[in-house]
Amino acid sequence: MAVVSTPATLERALPAMDNAEVLRIRNDFPVLNQLVNGQPLVYLDSGATSQNPVSVIEAEQEFYEQRNAAVHRGAHHLAVEATEVFEDARQTIADFIGAGYEETIWTSNATEGLNLISYALSNAALWAAQGRGDRGLRELALGPGDEIVVTEMEHHANLIPWQELAFRTGATLRHIPIDDDGSLRMDAAASVIGPRTKVLAFTHASNVLGIINPVQELTALGRAAGALVVLDACQSAPHLPLNVKKLDVDFAVLSGHKMLAPTGIGVLYGRQELLDILPPFLTGGSMITTVTMERAEYLPAPQRFEAGTQRISQAVALAAAANYLTETGLDRIHAWESELGQRMVVGLEAIPGVRVLGPAAGRERIGLAAFDVEGVHAHDVGQFLDSRGIAVRVGHHCAQPLHRRLGLTATTRASAYLYNTTDDVDRFLEAVAGVRAYFRA
Amino acid sequence: MSLDQLYQQIILDHSKARHGSGLAATDAPAGAATGQSHQLNPVCGDEVTLRLAVQDGKVVQVAWDGAGCSISMASASVLSELADGMTVAELHQVIESFREVLRSRGKVQADPELLGDAAAFEGVARYAARVKCAMISWVAAEDALNQAA
Repeated sequence: MAVVSTPATLERALPAMDNAEVLRIRNDFPVLNQLVNGQPLVYLDSGATSQNPVSVIEAEQEFYEQRNAAVHRGAHHLAVEATEVFEDARQTIADFIGAGYEETIWTSNATEGLNLISYALSNAALWAAQGRGDRGLRELALGPGDEIVVTEMEHHANLIPWQELAFRTGATLRHIPIDDDGSLRMDAAASVIGPRTKVLAFTHASNVLGIINPVQELTALGRAAGALVVLDACQSAPHLPLNVKKLDVDFAVLSGHKMLAPTGIGVLYGRQELLDILPPFLTGGSMITTVTMERAEYLPAPQRFEAGTQRISQAVALAAAANYLTETGLDRIHAWESELGQRMVVGLEAIPGVRVLGPAAGRERIGLAAFDVEGVHAHDVGQFLDSRGIAVRVGHHCAQPLHRRLGLTATTRASAYLYNTTDDVDRFLEAVAGVRAYFRA
Repeated sequence: MSLDQLYQQIILDHSKARHGSGLAATDAPAGAATGQSHQLNPVCGDEVTLRLAVQDGKVVQVAWDGAGCSISMASASVLSELADGMTVAELHQVIESFREVLRSRGKVQADPELLGDAAAFEGVARYAARVKCAMISWVAAEDALNQAA
């Protein structure tokens, strides 16, 4: 008798993640299995960079052992194989973020992605000024009187490129302020974003506050103003289901090394119509159709924005990382990390002299918490935790304006990932509880 | 190496005492030549502004304001106690010796005769990420000294 699979059984939801599953997951991450200062490593710095599972490390190794060649050139066997896995990787990542294949561009990291957009936009202004390009391009050209809007909580990578774009084009940079608890002041957003707004750039999830921004509301404001909407998905893509089409943004960026992949690879999503119009950022080999001694014609996206030899093995490894996350389930990962984030905040708030940045316990946050310990500098907190085998990040986390707004110069941040247990969080909390006594604060 | 070897008692004491801090509220001695230097560590936000007064070839006052970790604050405190009354040449020698120890990754031992309480920072040399914390006020002092002398 034939066995009939119903959609219900095919799509049967996996049970929620628990410590037992995390302990199995940890076996895939060799680096986690070590002693630091005589104690088992507790890695709570995934917001800065994540660790690689064996499948990712092997994907990169396998590429070099079996297929290494330059892509999109050469008629030999290896070149064909390398091109195939490179472009397969692009499709995997496109599916991972809900983008089209041609809309998925390789970058070095999110920082490069944001710079690519900002330079392509100022190149649009230069082209338009010299009568190059069509009407669509002229509409993208920024100039005096136009405004670029960011938020007060941005990582420097989603702030400085816009400062410099404003400088190059004569446009004005404005920002949406935050409340004391870190949430965006949406009342102010509605007045800051207006007819002059040409670009609206904001982070999906804050690398300091752990807050998830209301993407749909912001995007709606941007759409109503006719602005381009740019999403920094660095802290969201690794941790929760992301679909750039559903979010209806024009551009999105992410960094591979924050989502189980090696350093040196990132992704830029851009809406097809825009990518076809925008001038390139970097120019050179692999992105042209016809070149004379005087000028060049450019390929459409994605090649248009991928000058020079690409990061092939890293792209293949990033696809393996995306597969690892998809197989585990981003919704499950998100739920588990939210639990860890809540555990951190509840525990930290209970320690005298500790002030947690961002949403209070019980309110939505991703699996990270930045905090200040009264009377003890973050650098000393980090050193103390390291002596107990606990890795966290200290400093301003590339968000100086945000820290200044909250009256701080440096904080300590613990950030979890799918390989952290509740025991990791508890060991971290226990250590933080001893900080002030050690430094006699 | 244990945490207590990094955070020696002397360092923890000085990080609280902060000798010489209060630049804004301190006037330089009349007739002394002064130099002032502001140093910032962008990685962690440690910041020190230090003024040094020199008269008749001797350091007569070190005053500073700063914000930062216990290592950076203790280091500024130790420096201001140590430098007071030294000749310009002596202070240059002490700064040079301190820098050599801190940059040695633990290979060069501190000379307690020369460095006094500053010898307690010997352990910092083993923590590459913290060397700048210990050095920041000394870099400011060297800069200020060159202006004043």
